Amino acid sequence: MPPSAVELRHVIKRFGRLTAVDDLDLVVPTGLCFGLLGPNGAGKSTTMRLLTGQAVADEGEVCVLGEPMPAASKLVRSRSGMVPQADDLDDELTVGENLAVWARIYGLSTSERGEAVGRGLALARLSDRADTPTRELSGGMRRRLLIARGLIHRPELLLLDEPTVGLDPQVRQGLWGQITRVRDDGATVVITTHYIEEAERLCDRVAIMHRGRVIAEGPPFQLITDTVGREVIEVVGGSQAVADVAAQAEGMGALTRDTGMGIAVLGAEHISGDLAVAGRRRPATLEDVFVVLTGEELT
Amino acid sequence: MTADPAPTHTDSTRPMWSRPAPPAFSWRTVAAVLWREWAVFRRVWFSTAFGSIFEPLAYFIAFGFGFGALVAEVAGLSYFDFIATGAVAIGVLFSSIFPALINGYFRRKEQKLYDGLLSAPLSIPELVTGEATWNALRASAVAAVTVVVAIGFGVRPQATVVLVPVITVTAGFAFAAAGAAFGAVLRSTHSFDMVIVGVIVPMYIVAGTFFPIDGLPQPLALVALVNPLYHVVELLRAVTFGQPSGAILWVHVAVIVAFGVLAWLLAVRLLRRALID
Ligand SMILES: Nc1ncnc2c1ncn2[C@@H]1O[C@H](COP(=O)(O)OP(=O)(O)O)[C@@H](O)[C@H]1O
Ligand SMILES: [Mg+2]
Repeated sequence: MPPSAVELRHVIKRFGRLTAVDDLDLVVPTGLCFGLLGPNGAGKSTTMRLLTGQAVADEGEVCVLGEPMPAASKLVRSRSGMVPQADDLDDELTVGENLAVWARIYGLSTSERGEAVGRGLALARLSDRADTPTRELSGGMRRRLLIARGLIHRPELLLLDEPTVGLDPQVRQGLWGQITRVRDDGATVVITTHYIEEAERLCDRVAIMHRGRVIAEGPPFQLITDTVGREVIEVVGGSQAVADVAAQAEGMGALTRDTGMGIAVLGAEHISGDLAVAGRRRPATLEDVFVVLTGEELT
Repeated sequence: MTADPAPTHTDSTRPMWSRPAPPAFSWRTVAAVLWREWAVFRRVWFSTAFGSIFEPLAYFIAFGFGFGALVAEVAGLSYFDFIATGAVAIGVLFSSIFPALINGYFRRKEQKLYDGLLSAPLSIPELVTGEATWNALRASAVAAVTVVVAIGFGVRPQATVVLVPVITVTAGFAFAAAGAAFGAVLRSTHSFDMVIVGVIVPMYIVAGTFFPIDGLPQPLALVALVNPLYHVVELLRAVTFGQPSGAILWVHVAVIVAFGVLAWLLAVRLLRRALID
């Protein structure tokens, strides 16, 4: 097994005048759950499609599982599983048939197939619904089935493109458990998201994407402490309050950021006293990191 | 984290990376595409079967009894024999090119089915081949039903009628590939009309299916010569009634095969352009 599951070097992907992926460098170590965090339009889906050969880079090198893309695309696709951002389950088929078609496409032998479908159904917790028409499933069930479909052939690499978009928080947490188990079984997971909490709680390492580039990369906690410190004091108030706090923070050498409803003082673990205007102390998040690095809001 | 833990997705002994590299073009993968079609079809076969019996019946009753009374003989065949083979050819055209066009469009554009399949180890040539083969088989089943209905109406084919499936599978594959090529480029459902009125209807009218092309004005007769359906219907008459005959039959075979190869290449190319960024 190569030490890195994914390696992108100076990758550029353009759509006409728009550069969706712009000189991207990215290394995903084998065996981790790796997050690509960024707002809509950052180039996350395009990056994922480069990994399956569904998009072809204009410049640079794309290596997946040690193989060059798109030259080795069929081999790479046979060893990885992709869960797309848009739900593309086959509504003309039953739940079990959806898995069976993919087992066949992945080239599982007749003897492997029955077991693989059974395992997929169990994984999606849909064992009692094998014969249910797919269109009758709820949103959460569909997502579980999509993930089980991507895992039907026991891939080394699982690619998840915004897998929890539009799901209830509870369903989302269930999926996180499922994804964590995939990683624990030894597969590499690459997941894109624009949810801070998902990146922080699920991922071993996170790359923050902005306008087609990775602007920061590392374990979430380390990214946070290195960029914005451990704690933040958030102050809600009008322009006078903001100005007062900003001046005070500047005097203490602390960074601040605009929150829309007020101001946030970063690195607050170093501030012992009270601020000019009372605020709320909270742990720093990747959202603070993103705003500090880009000057833009994440969502 | 979860209330009821699901089993893990693998056992500890999976030899994932020892799996051999899949061949660039695998008939097993093509078979997987066919199996998907079969899985859908086995639930809806009844309505398909109903249409495939009713359609030739409608032709035979309308044209056979209607025109048959006025026209006794066409191109050396009884008018009923003439339109029976025409109906087989039209059945093949419609039941291959229409599903290929409509499914091709919806699966690509609305369902995003193709996008998903291409993230698995399925290549575009395998996808096009699988779907065109399925449509060719279904078109051939429709053709077989039409032949049986025709026999029921008193048509008496010669023994070489057993070659009809060879013709209908080949022609069905070619028309389906052409339908897939159109399905790969359409931008909206409005464009269906354009393909139907601009391509399929002229193809079906100017082909010597219900009336011989000799009667057509010169330019239209020339159009018929490049119309694959004309060559299909001529071949069908050759194997069913022994005429036309001679070396010209090889020209018909060559045109159909060449059309099929071109349509397949075009479908692969256009789908690749539509699906790979
Ligand atoms: N097939 C395409 N044609 C043209 N533009 C595209 C295409 N795919 C993506 N884009 C554009 O590329 C940019 C990045 O898109 P995407 O990779 O989907 O971002 P994300 O997944 O982070 O939201 C966006 O501006 C998007 O509009
Ligand atoms: Mg996206």
